[in-house]
Amino acid sequence: MMNQLEMRAVYTQTLIELAKKDERIVLLEADLMKASGTGIFKNIFPERTFNMGVAEANMVGVAAGLSAGGKIPFSDTFACFAARRAYDQFFISGNYARLNVKLVGTDPGIASEYNGGTHMPFEDIGIMRNIPKLVVFEPSDPVSLKKLVEKSASYQGCTYMRLHRKPITVIYSEEDEFELGKGKILKDGTDITLIASGAIMVAEALKASELLIEEGISAAVIDMHTIKPIDTELILHYARKTGGLVTCENHQQINGLGSAVAETLIENYPVLLNRIGVRDEFGEVGKTDYLLERYQLSAGHIVSAAKTNLEQRKKLELIQI
Amino acid sequence: MEKQELKQLEAKAKEIRKMTIDSIGYLGVGHIGGALSVVEILTLLYYKHMDTSPEEPKRKDRDKLVLSKGHAGPTLYSILADKGFFPKEWLHTLNKGGTRLPSHCDMNCTPGIDMTTGSLGQGMSAAIGIAMANRLDGVDKKVYLIIGDGESNEGQIWEGAMAAAHYKLNNLIAFTDYNKMQIDGYVHEIMNIDDLNAKWNAFGWFVQRVNGHDFLDMDMAVERAKRELYRPSMIILDTIKGKGAFFAERRLDNHNMNVNYDTAKEACRLLDQEN
Ligand SMILES: Cc1ncc(C[n+]2csc(CCOP(=O)(O)OP(=O)(O)O)c2C)c(N)n1
Ligand SMILES: [Mg+2]
Repeated sequence: MMNQLEMRAVYTQTLIELAKKDERIVLLEADLMKASGTGIFKNIFPERTFNMGVAEANMVGVAAGLSAGGKIPFSDTFACFAARRAYDQFFISGNYARLNVKLVGTDPGIASEYNGGTHMPFEDIGIMRNIPKLVVFEPSDPVSLKKLVEKSASYQGCTYMRLHRKPITVIYSEEDEFELGKGKILKDGTDITLIASGAIMVAEALKASELLIEEGISAAVIDMHTIKPIDTELILHYARKTGGLVTCENHQQINGLGSAVAETLIENYPVLLNRIGVRDEFGEVGKTDYLLERYQLSAGHIVSAAKTNLEQRKKLELIQI
Repeated sequence: MEKQELKQLEAKAKEIRKMTIDSIGYLGVGHIGGALSVVEILTLLYYKHMDTSPEEPKRKDRDKLVLSKGHAGPTLYSILADKGFFPKEWLHTLNKGGTRLPSHCDMNCTPGIDMTTGSLGQGMSAAIGIAMANRLDGVDKKVYLIIGDGESNEGQIWEGAMAAAHYKLNNLIAFTDYNKMQIDGYVHEIMNIDDLNAKWNAFGWFVQRVNGHDFLDMDMAVERAKRELYRPSMIILDTIKGKGAFFAERRLDNHNMNVNYDTAKEACRLLDQEN
């Protein structure tokens, strides 16, 4: 089951299928088409593909205009530039104007590897989460990518997707259904719940759950592909069921998945939550393996967080020994 | 420029080019194209025009350079290492986890780097700010700025163009590395920036255009720019992306390439055989 597919190829193929059925779909790039891998889309739909050059703010503003003109624009660039460079254009012309811009940020977090600190977005989910009504999501594998992009296209309103463009192992089957705003249970468990988002962290969480089994700890694993709106029902169900949670994200701890889960818990059913994520730091260059350790995101750190969670609950006498 | 000096600069440029190819080849991947098109201009500035102080990189009263196309960092690192800002051994740590030499220029990591860059367009504004600070402090030194032609797609470049001319920053000498290519293809096909001379002229800059691999032409242009009394200077450099590396030169995929170390060494050998 180690079948891997290149995410950007899946993204492009999905867009092509959508565009064949719906002529409103158009594509914008900002001199990173080679990185996004959407060249094939351009070959098939040259008149519906616009390379806007290295000018992200203009690209996203133009996308909003295309939407005002009745089109459904998908607009790609590195996540750092999608989120930071074009934020005001996305906020005002896209979201505040209640238009329909599908913004895609590639190479989220440590996935930007060799491009280093300037290119390593640990804050994009945070700032995007603050835009009213915006749907923010991050698929974890090729199947969920395809299905969620389809959902995004048919959703009326702006969306922001984090896209890991490299080859990623398939974890879902073609029969799996996906809804924006509804997390997926990858593994059931009784002692603790690992809630992860994105290709890198869902894989690490699954690895961690295997390691925990060896320690006699049964961990549920949830793929929280949509960070906003967050799946309150699923979080509360597992908070009740397992009594403790660990969130796992390739993003700042501040204002990301962990924050969204914490907000849900604190107002409804407070249980102990530990958060795996970047601890108020900037990015830096390195390979994924190096960066996973550098920012304490790897499966090993998830295991430690899960054990800390259980020990603390014991101390607080929240669970019986 | 004396013949002797020209020969020295050409020899130095070859050395810097080889060091740059070697450091990227040693890692196995990198922004080889845009690194090699700026070898001559950086060599000219650092070995002829700029007052730098390797022993005291933070000295205020010296010329500064902002490499706004920050992905060309490896070329600048070769020069800074050669000048003694840090040990040459560092070049083989390029872009490795924990390095002091990241892919994009970072003033907090690398001695001798005057501004952190990597998000295209931002070096433009930063250079303007440094030039303004110099003026406020009565520091009579130049700020050199290098932007890319693809980078010139960014609105921020043109906001800066307006501001630098408005504030009559004659202490700012900028260069466009006009290598005619960006990532996705030729600049004129992806997002055309022509007529570049006319644009900078219209913004009120002193504009010159020279061969960016020719020391004599560039040197004269810089001398003229230094004498300009009121306007910021833009020197448009006609260059070749990937210049001097047989595996990269003029290739449309040379922006960020995998480079086999043996191939890199072969490229250096070929450069040695030229005279
Ligand atoms: C704001 C921003 N957008 C996108 C990028 C990604 N990027 C890096 S280099 C580059 C192309 C730059 O082309 P050019 O300025 O011509 O560089 P050169 O040919 O000198 O390498 C792009 C799009 C970036 N670094 N910053
Ligand atoms: Mg260029």
